[in-house]
Amino acid sequence: MNAIAPVLIITFLASAVEAIEMVTIVVGVGATRGWRSTLIGASAGFAVLAAIVAVFGVALSAVPIGPLRLVIGALLLIFGLQWFRKGVVRVAARGLAGIQVVATQDAEIWTEDGVDWTAFVLAFKGVLLEGLEIAFVVVSVGASAGQLGAAVIGGGAALVVVGVLGAALVRVVVRIPRSFLQLVVGILLCTFGSFWAPEGLGVSWPGGDTAILGLLALYVLAAATNIAIERRGAHRGTINVSLRGVTR
Amino acid sequence: MSRVGSWVIGFGRFWYRFIIGDDWIVAVAVAVGLAVTAWLNAAHVAAWWVIPLVVIVTLRLSVQRSKRARKLVIQ
Repeated sequence: MNAIAPVLIITFLASAVEAIEMVTIVVGVGATRGWRSTLIGASAGFAVLAAIVAVFGVALSAVPIGPLRLVIGALLLIFGLQWFRKGVVRVAARGLAGIQVVATQDAEIWTEDGVDWTAFVLAFKGVLLEGLEIAFVVVSVGASAGQLGAAVIGGGAALVVVGVLGAALVRVVVRIPRSFLQLVVGILLCTFGSFWAPEGLGVSWPGGDTAILGLLALYVLAAATNIAIERRGAHRGTINVSLRGVTR
Repeated sequence: MSRVGSWVIGFGRFWYRFIIGDDWIVAVAVAVGLAVTAWLNAAHVAAWWVIPLVVIVTLRLSVQRSKRARKLVIQ
């Protein structure tokens, strides 16, 4: 599995999900506390992230591909399945809802000289925490597919696209349907994790790499079925509550 | 606590959140699924179907568990 396009797509989409949260935090802090310290904090967070990707990327490239695919595939599967579940539950419950701008506790514009450490720490933590998950996806997908460069480009492109959009259109960023994006990325991570982890154990897939498409179709079907079941259950629950209200 | 100590705890928390997350059953199911896959593969039995089956079953279980957890919070 050495094709560049799937690596670019999966790292772009996975990074975009976290980038939306990251940009929302940075934009929320910048808008409420002022931009200078917020951007310094965000830049510091990005510098630490770049170092993590560089160090882990080099370390992972020295590990044999079989065990690497098993470990990375298993981690992608666990992480992807959590997102898959969250995506199903959220899309079933709220449809394509976005996320709210983070409300900081101390929402005052900083007018003094020097660094506003509240803004710095909030932006730094926001970038680093959300970015760690981006770094993990970029390094693991890139190393497992032997396409670390393409993975870094995919992850970086998502950050740039969402960042530019966030700066230009603050209101648009918080309305991007994160629940749906989370569902899509959860399905993609599960698909690649399901393929790589058994391959790392020496399992042969019927049809070779084309099995990925079969896994993808299976998981899309599973998502649609689960969402339909959950929506029907919620509908039935609403009717029961209404009837209980009438009988009282 | 020292800065190194809090960094180690933070790093541990990140991995706990990453692997265990909201539902430990996911990590356990994947681990068991991979163990079964390895065992079948060692016995020269086709094992490619195990993980997709684990994903489908675990997804359903985990969605139901999350629904139950939300109901308990509401009550």
